[in-house]
Amino acid sequence: MSAAAAGWLQVGLLVLALALVHRPLGDWMARVFRTPATVSDTSPRARSWRRDGGHWRVERLVYRAVGVDADGEQRWPTYLRSVLAFSLVSVLFLYLLQRVQQWLPLDDGMPAVGQGSAWNTAVSFVTNTNWQGYAGESTMGHLVQMAGLAVQNFLSAAVGLAVAIALVRGFARTRTDRLGNAWVDITRAVTRILLPLSVLAAVVLVLGGVVQNLSAGTDATTLSGATQFLPGGPVASQEAIKELGTNGGGFFNANSAHPFEGPSAWISLFEVFLLLVIPFSLPRTFGRLVGDKRQGFAILGVMVSLAAVSLALTSWAQARAGGAALQLAGAATEGQEVRFGGPLSALFGTATTLTSTGAVNAQHDSFTPSGGLLTMANMMLGEVAPGGVGSGLYGMLVLAVIAVFVAGLMVGRTPEYLGKKLGRREMTLASLYVLTTPAIVLVGTAVAMSVDAGRSSMLNSGPHGLSEVLYAFTSAGNNNGSAFAGLSANTPFYDVALGLAMAFGRFVPIVLVVALAGRLAAQGRTPVTAGTLPTHRPLFVGLLTAVVLVVVGLTYFPVLSLGPLAEGLS
Amino acid sequence: MSTLRSGRQLVAAVRALLLATVVLGLVYPLLVTGFAQLVAPGRADGSLVSRDGEVVGSSLVGQAFVDAAGDPLPQYFQSRPSASDYDGAASGGSNLGPNSPELVDLVTTRRAEVASFNGVAPSEVPADAVTASASGLDPGISPAYAAIQVARVAADRGVPAAEVAALVATATHGRDLGVIGGPYVNVLELNLALDREFGAEG
Repeated sequence: MSAAAAGWLQVGLLVLALALVHRPLGDWMARVFRTPATVSDTSPRARSWRRDGGHWRVERLVYRAVGVDADGEQRWPTYLRSVLAFSLVSVLFLYLLQRVQQWLPLDDGMPAVGQGSAWNTAVSFVTNTNWQGYAGESTMGHLVQMAGLAVQNFLSAAVGLAVAIALVRGFARTRTDRLGNAWVDITRAVTRILLPLSVLAAVVLVLGGVVQNLSAGTDATTLSGATQFLPGGPVASQEAIKELGTNGGGFFNANSAHPFEGPSAWISLFEVFLLLVIPFSLPRTFGRLVGDKRQGFAILGVMVSLAAVSLALTSWAQARAGGAALQLAGAATEGQEVRFGGPLSALFGTATTLTSTGAVNAQHDSFTPSGGLLTMANMMLGEVAPGGVGSGLYGMLVLAVIAVFVAGLMVGRTPEYLGKKLGRREMTLASLYVLTTPAIVLVGTAVAMSVDAGRSSMLNSGPHGLSEVLYAFTSAGNNNGSAFAGLSANTPFYDVALGLAMAFGRFVPIVLVVALAGRLAAQGRTPVTAGTLPTHRPLFVGLLTAVVLVVVGLTYFPVLSLGPLAEGLS
Repeated sequence: MSTLRSGRQLVAAVRALLLATVVLGLVYPLLVTGFAQLVAPGRADGSLVSRDGEVVGSSLVGQAFVDAAGDPLPQYFQSRPSASDYDGAASGGSNLGPNSPELVDLVTTRRAEVASFNGVAPSEVPADAVTASASGLDPGISPAYAAIQVARVAADRGVPAAEVAALVATATHGRDLGVIGGPYVNVLELNLALDREFGAEG
């Protein structure tokens, strides 16, 4: 069988698995985030469920330990404060943990992480970015990996889910100032979705050969008599939530390309499945919660179209050896593993940049010029096809608001989405959301290129050097975390600058989304009339897709033409 | 008022984080570790390979088959170039761009070296033989790269090429389920089989 045919068949396997899982998982997530206020039937079971709030016993213990009233719903400012307080405390704790790791057990002799790197890493993991300025196997002891980094893999994904659900509730509810309870949403995201799925995934990974122990590593004496260090660690448990939570921070420097994180091709494909499964199931959850499954299909339709085009282009680009060095080699095998091969490397690269994951099974810096450009363009889309856990859905819904507004301008009507009027304030919040990330990426890149500290970290020169810096800020601002890893990013300048880009790129959009949710929930619902734009039809799917592409195209085209485009044409 | 409420949220946040650290940061990974060590201890510990009671590597991790000076050992099949020289403590790729002049030089030099070492024409050297992997620890080479090494290994060991080729076939892994990934030859597995079959000293 030809490599290309096998490549497309493995994509078929992946699509089949996602198609089978997205319905039950999407429905389940909708049940998880139902609240008594949204259940209206009068069966005895529903009545008793309303009385006890539908909490599991173990969750009640959590709420008691945390000291929150799980049955009290929050207004949007309080919801936001809960989310931000949780994230702030998480950054401080993770920073501290890295700074004192030499005194903790299981440190494997690793010294304390430096100030700049510890700040960068703390922000990186709490914001679901998992940008890594450090090399895992030579920086982090097992305890920091388990109790620090992996914990944030869970919590940052849970926070993303909670914010997305809050926005969905804004559309689903009418005339209320309540959005739900952030502590309940975060807790349930962990206890009912992320933790059970992670356990299942970790079991599969262990059986597939991913390492899972507490050993400091083994020294082997190779056939030629040299000593080779073989690291150990709780890798499978972290790998599971790293992909499932669209985090992407590798236990080892080589990330999912490392034989102990990605021992075989089928495990690597399974990892692609894990990082896509929640984001692709969330449109179903959205449809369920707003009481119209067709709305979810429309959103899913946009995500799938964009992802399919991107995958086709990247696979095509990577199958051709672009660039002088790769042409000389005969194929784009630099930075790729033989057991994965070209098609699976392109698939992983596409999936990881379309979500906010950033895990890699090949080195994007060595992709062909057009392949590298596409991974960057995927992130620039704002990571909405399907995007990160939670963040993908709320990003796409904000873009849907913009699309409805554009359509409203064309026909001269007040725009409405799901029966909610989109007035000046709603549009201000949505527009600020769309502008935030490009502002961070472009200003960040411009600052880096204008100071010596920024330029001196580039490994490659010319347009490819600019691409490295642009990729770094795109990755940080969009909370992706993958890299054109030639850039030496573990310098004081990049530790601080990228840390700020990640923090603003995560929390400014969250503030805007929760505020938007609050305004939407407070509104009544406008009845559907003959003049209402239907938002579940192919026309709207096309419009939304076009809006996503145009917004990105206009924003990033100039800088892309200086970097990867110039390189591809030279 | 607002400050007070934020204070309450911060207290809740601290408690929630501590609880999460214990449950997700300790209980979860330790349970998975317990399961792994019980059900699949060999895989959980890195699929280590031993010979005569001594750990010689991992069947998942590639290694360099070179002498102390760094020159390739002719009795062994050679792994791909590695950006980290197969150092297990420093995984990673070269990260050189597709147009990098440095990578152009590297590819040119490697092609000449591989061709002359194996006595084949430079055009017969496949791409994976002249490019570094993503992890620096790639356990595999393409079947094409293995094929051009058969005659050299057989000649050095003084054994029939057909017997070496048979061992290559045994160490060749097809695509998973017939479609996932790429076919590869596990080099460590192959070289261990050579030593077993024809003696370790070549």
